[in-house]
Amino acid sequence: MSDAPALALSNVSKSFGAVRALRDVSLELFAGEAHALAGENGAGKSTLVKTLAGVHRPDSGQVLLNGEPVVFAGPADAQQAGVAVIYQEPTLFPDLSVAENIFMGRQPRRSLGRIDRKAMHDATRELFGRLGVALDPEQPSRGLSIADQQLVEIAKAISRDARVLVMDEPTAALSGNEVARLFSVVEALREHGCAILFISHRLDEIFELCQRVTTLRDGEWIASEPVSGLTHDDLVRRMVGRELGTLYPKQDAEVGEVALQVERLTREGVFTDVSFEVRRGEIVALAGLVGAGRSEVARAIFGVDRWDAGAVSVDGVRLPAGSPTAAMGAGLALVPEDRRQQGLVMELSIERNIGLTGLRDLRKGVTISRKAERDRAKDWAVRLRLKFARLSDGVGVLSGGNQQKVVLAKWLATGPSVLIVDEPTRGIDVGTKAEVHRLLSELAGQGIAVLMISSDLPEVLGMADRVLVMHEGRLTAELSRAEATEESVMTAATGRAA
Amino acid sequence: MTTATAPPEQVSPARSARNLVDLVFRARELSLVIALAVLVGVTAGVNGNFLSSQGVQDILLNTSILALLAVGQSMVVITRNLDLSVGSVVGLVAFVTGDFLASGGGIVPAVLLGIAIGAGCGLLNGLLVSFCRVPALVVTLGTLYVIQGVDHYIAHGRQINAVNLPPGLLSLGNGSVLGVPYLPLITLVIMLAIGYYLRSYASGREYYAIGSSPEAARLAGVPVRRRILTAYLVSGCLAGLAGVLWLARFGTVIADSAHGWELLVVSAVVVGGVAITGGVGSVYGAALGALLLTTIGSALVVLRVNSFWQQAITGALLLLAISVDRVLALRVARLLRNRSRHG
Amino acid sequence: MAKVLRWDVMVGVLLIVVFGYGSLTSPSFATAGNLSFALSDLGEIALIALAMTMLVVAAEVDLSVASVLGLSSALVGSLWDAGLAIETIIPIAVLAGALCGLVNGLLVTRLGLPSLAVTIGTLALYRGLAYVVLGDRAVAQFPPQFVSLAVDDVPGTPIPYPVALFVLLAAIVGVVLHATGFGRSLYAIGAQEQAAFFAGIRVKRIKLLLFVVSGTVAAFAGVVFTLRYGSARADNGLGIELAVIAAVLLGGVDFDGGKGTLGGVIAGVLLIGLLRNLLMLGDVSTEIQSIVTGLLLIVSVLTPRLVSLAKPAALLRATSRANLKGSP
Repeated sequence: MSDAPALALSNVSKSFGAVRALRDVSLELFAGEAHALAGENGAGKSTLVKTLAGVHRPDSGQVLLNGEPVVFAGPADAQQAGVAVIYQEPTLFPDLSVAENIFMGRQPRRSLGRIDRKAMHDATRELFGRLGVALDPEQPSRGLSIADQQLVEIAKAISRDARVLVMDEPTAALSGNEVARLFSVVEALREHGCAILFISHRLDEIFELCQRVTTLRDGEWIASEPVSGLTHDDLVRRMVGRELGTLYPKQDAEVGEVALQVERLTREGVFTDVSFEVRRGEIVALAGLVGAGRSEVARAIFGVDRWDAGAVSVDGVRLPAGSPTAAMGAGLALVPEDRRQQGLVMELSIERNIGLTGLRDLRKGVTISRKAERDRAKDWAVRLRLKFARLSDGVGVLSGGNQQKVVLAKWLATGPSVLIVDEPTRGIDVGTKAEVHRLLSELAGQGIAVLMISSDLPEVLGMADRVLVMHEGRLTAELSRAEATEESVMTAATGRAA
Repeated sequence: MTTATAPPEQVSPARSARNLVDLVFRARELSLVIALAVLVGVTAGVNGNFLSSQGVQDILLNTSILALLAVGQSMVVITRNLDLSVGSVVGLVAFVTGDFLASGGGIVPAVLLGIAIGAGCGLLNGLLVSFCRVPALVVTLGTLYVIQGVDHYIAHGRQINAVNLPPGLLSLGNGSVLGVPYLPLITLVIMLAIGYYLRSYASGREYYAIGSSPEAARLAGVPVRRRILTAYLVSGCLAGLAGVLWLARFGTVIADSAHGWELLVVSAVVVGGVAITGGVGSVYGAALGALLLTTIGSALVVLRVNSFWQQAITGALLLLAISVDRVLALRVARLLRNRSRHG
Repeated sequence: MAKVLRWDVMVGVLLIVVFGYGSLTSPSFATAGNLSFALSDLGEIALIALAMTMLVVAAEVDLSVASVLGLSSALVGSLWDAGLAIETIIPIAVLAGALCGLVNGLLVTRLGLPSLAVTIGTLALYRGLAYVVLGDRAVAQFPPQFVSLAVDDVPGTPIPYPVALFVLLAAIVGVVLHATGFGRSLYAIGAQEQAAFFAGIRVKRIKLLLFVVSGTVAAFAGVVFTLRYGSARADNGLGIELAVIAAVLLGGVDFDGGKGTLGGVIAGVLLIGLLRNLLMLGDVSTEIQSIVTGLLLIVSVLTPRLVSLAKPAALLRATSRANLKGSP
């Protein structure tokens, strides 16, 4: 047996436009080890995963398989080489059966190369048995919950008998039981000589499962070291690269009137009986697992989705269901989860994106005043310290953090009394992250009510005056700043009774 | 329409979800058969000649060419694409092979020539769509007109006459074995072969995977471009074959054969339950859709309804089919969503 | 570099080249009479292209326009046959077109169906209804004062009335598209519909309106077509949706929405018109014209894609410029 790592990256760099996702990153995965990849949102973890998977090709540097340089021309090549990947977002075929999703391209065959459906379904049942999943192999994957979809993804990766298994946040949507079962399967694979790369936001899981950990920050390699010598705080310090206090500059603000009141809000099959209020000057965090219904509540409040029952009022004025226009008129603003699809029109310029929420205000007669549009953009670009070349440049050339600032500018320009931010710091660098946090804190200080959805526990604990926790579509806990700890939030989020 | 009733509670959620989805798709093919039965029943009730052996044979003959095109089109639509050029390919091939046969060419070379021309057109469409990533609608709309223009240019106002064609070809178009005409047999064999391939072979399933989620297909290592190219190639080849069969059936052709048939074909495919958004449906359903559309056409004649209604009905059926698909899909999604929460 | 190589500018240059070529090779080309004829021959396509531009910018398409034109023509014919006054007939036909557009729009916005599939269906449906209304008859002999409105020039100019109308409408659409909030919304919807919706833009209402406008304009074009040829037929304007879409795409409007200028579209319309005219003067058969239009359509969507495949280098330059000032 050679000592060469099963899969390695050597001095890999990768850029997307202006965004340098990876800079000179190296990583070695040995057979029989579970290796954690730690880093904040936007540190470059997902890019690294996609490079290993053959989706991205490095701009410079090499991918090494058993010590030999390889070039993966595409995902098929990487799979051929024994690399199986579970992506953060499930990538299933909604119209095909669960079993077909698992075995696409590798279906068991019978005579004449025909698909052996019975063998395929049996193999699927066997896989599900190992994972303790109760799904019907013949059921189409359309309509599965996110947790079930993730379990299908895991079954797919395991079925490949891969020599390297890469898991990008496989546990984000799973409950405690499911996580435990996944870990025992992963442990068994590792003992059989499989190399595991594991990514998770929950540091406890890294300490529980992994032997070594590599930390990335802003696309750069920070350290690779054994987990055993590290403490929780050591790891956080490597990820954040500065004192936590400066990253979460939360100031106490004077809490005023109720600005946003949500009463028994229900959208069938998505969330049920959600009631809470946010007061002026408060930052309220909405925590929970992926798929718990947090973003869906925000979407319904803002009118992007309809609700089936309940009521929402802003400053005492009831909102009609399903009208973003009315919600905006009442003083609501939503910085959505998906910046590229929902937050920005990537093809349009910075100024046009910022102007998009104020097409009425920018009118002079029937036409838009270009000067007013530019002034509005310039004003907010300065206030948020946006880094740009020209306001007429497309937002696509900006870095993730600066794009997020444009989204914030576009909404702050409407002068909202309630600001909902959904994963406000996902995919942005640590420096900008601290700026966004400071901004949120300032806005609360100016009397804006802030509702913040975040999967980043340190962010929730560092920024929120109060924490609401959702589990499977229901609010399961409301914790004051003092009560909220990593443990109390996770307990409520995974549905274990407090 | 049929309403999907919720199965009893004691069934496991996973199983009932599957039954529900099954039900919807069975319901589609079932409702086509019912519609067909009602149509045939009513029409035959009004005019007994409708079900005479001649009447049935006419419907089968008319269906076979449309169904053949629908089978090829389904492969393209399943991958979330569209081929609007099939009608013009039929026209071009019918005329060119007619010319070839009239000047003394053999039948087998003529069939091969027809398929080769179709393959060329399909290849062109496929390359433009899969490798140049040009929207399928625009490309095939463009090639529709180009091929049609070439057809007219070659024909130059001439006409191919049945008397100049070898009798062997004409008997292929109108003859039968044991009372069953050749044309439907050919279509049936091709339909079964492609249907079986799409269902039972790993590469066949990849067409569905691409239509269901192109991004996931890419990540799963499916050769997306090659499959899309193949789908267009098959559609082109079948359109070429259909062109030869058109000539065999009608004998006398001008440049305008199958003009505007792309609409009929797309309607047949969509009415037959192949989702225009890809990933769902079967060639059997598409062929059933072709049978329904053809039967409606024949029934209108027998019922003495103004034949001008036929095109309007085709369009209305297409709209009905996509609307019903959409409404059912929304219903099912909602039911599944509720079940996954409360189950 | 990017400014000079803009697609719509290139089409404009091509237009001038074709014009120059035409003037040199055919003595009858650059005469007022011929150009006036070429323009009015283009009138319906140009009118419909205005509405189509707004739709395609918003990432939708209406393939049923030629059928609406035919239905409108059939209505004009059958109502005139039935003895109604032309003053009553025209509003009815236009209203029918608005209704056709409304049906398209409702199916797209209420059911969330792809406009492509919907309008392929209504393409068949509306043309079918045109035949139901008029059969394969042709109705002629419309009142001369109305026919002359569709054929004659505006007094003192070589500009036919329909062309004058087009110029007026084009000016309005140009302002709407490029200088109003509504126009801004269209580009946002076309480029990223979700983001537009999240920004409070009433996406569905706007799309519905666009389809109604498209149907209305197509029906009006049907009236003009009928009067211009003095003949109402169910198959009037068969297949002109191709020329319209070719003109719009040739003008640099992206089929995926969010990009394009009205100036480009006008250049595209004129280019197609001049080419057709040249082919006609050159006594080239209509078959070749259909081939040319088809090829133009393919080329107009293919070229930008091929350019974008070769683009990463250019993009890199643009972004590194942003980087110079952008990164800390």
